Amino acid sequence: MAVQNKKLNLKDKYQYLTRDMGWEPTYQKKEDIFPHEDFEGIKITDWSQWEDPFRLTMDSYWKYQAEKEKKLYAIFDAFAQNNGHQNISDARYVNALKLFLGGVSPLEHGAYQGYAKAGRQFSGTGARVACQMQSIDELRHSQTQQHAMSHYNKHFNGLHDAAHMHDRVWFLSVPKSFFDDARTAGPFEFLTAISFSFEYVLTNLLFVPFMSGAAYNGDMATVTFGFSAQSDEARHMTLGLEVIKFILEQHEDNVPIVQRWIDKWFWRGFRLLSLVSMMMDYMLPNKVMSWSEAWEVYYEQNGGALFKDLERYGIRPPKYQDVANDAKHHLSHQLWTTFYQYSHATNFHTWVPEKEEMDWMSEKYPDTFDKYYRPRYEYLAKEAAAGRRFYNNTLPQLCQVCQVPNLFTEMGAPTKLSHRQLVHEGERYHFCSEACCDIFKHEPEKYVQAWLPVHQIYQGNCEGEDVETVVQKYYHINIGEDNFEYLGSPDHKRWMSIKGEKPADENQDAA
Amino acid sequence: MSIEIKTTSMEPIRHTYSHIARRFGDKPATRYQEASYDLEAKTNFHYRPQWDSRYELNDDRRTAIRMDDWYAVSDPRQYYYGAYVGNRAKMQESAETSFGFCDKRNLLTRLPEETQKQLLRLLVPLRHVELGANMNNSKISGDAVATTVSQMHIYAAMDRLGIGQYLSRIALLIDGSTGKALDESKGYWMDDELWQPMRKLVEDTLVVDDWFELTLVQNILLDGLMYTLVYHKMDAWLATQGAEDVSMLTEFMRDWYKESLRWTNAMIKAVAGESEANCELLQTWIDQWEPQVYSALQPLAEASVGIDALDEARAELSTRLKKFGLQSRGVSA
Repeated sequence: MAVQNKKLNLKDKYQYLTRDMGWEPTYQKKEDIFPHEDFEGIKITDWSQWEDPFRLTMDSYWKYQAEKEKKLYAIFDAFAQNNGHQNISDARYVNALKLFLGGVSPLEHGAYQGYAKAGRQFSGTGARVACQMQSIDELRHSQTQQHAMSHYNKHFNGLHDAAHMHDRVWFLSVPKSFFDDARTAGPFEFLTAISFSFEYVLTNLLFVPFMSGAAYNGDMATVTFGFSAQSDEARHMTLGLEVIKFILEQHEDNVPIVQRWIDKWFWRGFRLLSLVSMMMDYMLPNKVMSWSEAWEVYYEQNGGALFKDLERYGIRPPKYQDVANDAKHHLSHQLWTTFYQYSHATNFHTWVPEKEEMDWMSEKYPDTFDKYYRPRYEYLAKEAAAGRRFYNNTLPQLCQVCQVPNLFTEMGAPTKLSHRQLVHEGERYHFCSEACCDIFKHEPEKYVQAWLPVHQIYQGNCEGEDVETVVQKYYHINIGEDNFEYLGSPDHKRWMSIKGEKPADENQDAA
Repeated sequence: MSIEIKTTSMEPIRHTYSHIARRFGDKPATRYQEASYDLEAKTNFHYRPQWDSRYELNDDRRTAIRMDDWYAVSDPRQYYYGAYVGNRAKMQESAETSFGFCDKRNLLTRLPEETQKQLLRLLVPLRHVELGANMNNSKISGDAVATTVSQMHIYAAMDRLGIGQYLSRIALLIDGSTGKALDESKGYWMDDELWQPMRKLVEDTLVVDDWFELTLVQNILLDGLMYTLVYHKMDAWLATQGAEDVSMLTEFMRDWYKESLRWTNAMIKAVAGESEANCELLQTWIDQWEPQVYSALQPLAEASVGIDALDEARAELSTRLKKFGLQSRGVSA
């Protein structure tokens, strides 16, 4: 750095305290020290142009984070001591936590590992340090989520073996494959996928709905975690935006590469969010907002403004966003009706929405709910009332890329199944959409490797021939406790007992 | 008489998560346990890493060390994130007081120019060694399996960044926050013969692929000699040069190193105790690296406290390694 005689300003001082500790190596080749920086084709001409997205030296980091942790754990302790789980809106709410602990918390751990790796891969010290701070933050989230849900696990089923299930259970391969995809990519794609697409563009549709759901449903432990993580998330979002702008400003050849990543990761993220859509509309007894409203605000409006801002770099909005925009009227309903049928193979319960809830959906989805989805629930409710609660005993075909069962419909044709297929090196592959098929075509060597849960069951790799054995032995889902219909489940009975509505059959949890 | 608040008591249906119960039984678990055991993905990875397709993600073959269960390595400090930052927040509070005190009383600007130069030449360049340690520990954290192991390394990575920042602030106290002293100090790191063996060593560690070899070299061998030499032996010597006030500013490093011995010792004990094969491999690495670490520190010792101090540091390391059945085979000067 240039020799100067006046006091450093904050920006320069922070640079002295971070990137200036780095140096140009002479005893080892730079490409040997940073072997992963070039293979994606991203051209960085000048790392000194990196703008630090936040200026936090370690002493301040320790201080602020310790204060936040102290407050957070005080709440966790009070929550447990006072059996705060009794104060939630309804026990059905806990199913959202089951989805979160199995589907999202393991991603926090994956993010911790991914950012630790990225925190070593870049030759720019400023970028490395920002990644490392995110790494340890993500470790924080992974751990505080275990602690936030620990008390729920003691009083409800389905939360007891989340990491084990994340590695095995069919629908959890949706989030797992998403994150594996990002972590196995190069460092620049990892940051575009997670820092930009996930943290910046989509976080208000993923992390935030769970936390708002907690706030609306009396879950003090989770919502306090959410507030405590908010300033971490703000840092992560700033990093996301800086990363994308930096890469785009460095070289024009980076633009088409980044555009392809944005297309891919927008769609990968959107498919992952389909799980959140059903959580918002169906699992929250007290509803925050509908999925379609959330999509309009957080993607169509905010995302729209963001992509307008990125136009000057030659970036256009993600391909297939029109399909995603159209899907907002259908997504949650298509997902929930599917999970309803497969409740015997999930660690959470499902149910037919109550009448007031269906009326709420009619209001929120005036063009689609009454026409396409209400009749299905009325039919399912009738079947259940007649003692024929429907479970689907055949396994669904999964999309080779997003791994969601092929359940989505065509844009503008809500009764027509969306399905694509192609033959690659003699094997036929199936996809839920044109977008997933596109992703495959660009990197077939990656996606042919996918560990598709249904294929694995049929190939006999999951400790059993039949679904029941797989669910119990391989997934560790306790049959009759974790799975099946909510009504009449042990969770339901214990909740009624807590509320003094009807004595539970098992008296374990009686006050 | 005692007051009695009536609360509803509720019998839990289980006391902890199943994966914790499988290890420790279904009884109330500690926060460390629930935050650290069996959280990371272990199987059914979807794709091979494009940056290294030899292995899967979270693959225990990224080191040649073999453990039946890497969770056998745990942290005697029981640090999960909250406990870690809580402890460091306290440590930084006293460091802050010392830096504030030195700044207010102009304790470093009052030093003779020659002594200031010695600090910039002999002490402050270690900030670059710290950055190397930061990079190495971040790599280890990204490559290691078992959260009990990997988390100790991300804590170490952030600690080393913090220590590098404290060393940098010593220069900022000297130059009145202009950055001039840091530029001077970096010049020594890049060009002064005194630092070249050390800079070469650090750059050599940055291309080590095996993460356990790297933690051994960085956190046990290099730190084992360097922290004893610099923050104990050289610290006493600096006091004889009239720079005893600097001791206040390196107290963090002494406390930190003393604490770090707890986890590094526990880790080596578990790994060396696992098998003969592990012991042999560790010994091979020690034979290869320890003499290089010694040589890298030699010029610094000679220019300051003297070579005997380095030999004493090596004797301490040797005693420590012996406890794990390992030998320091370096030739004494």
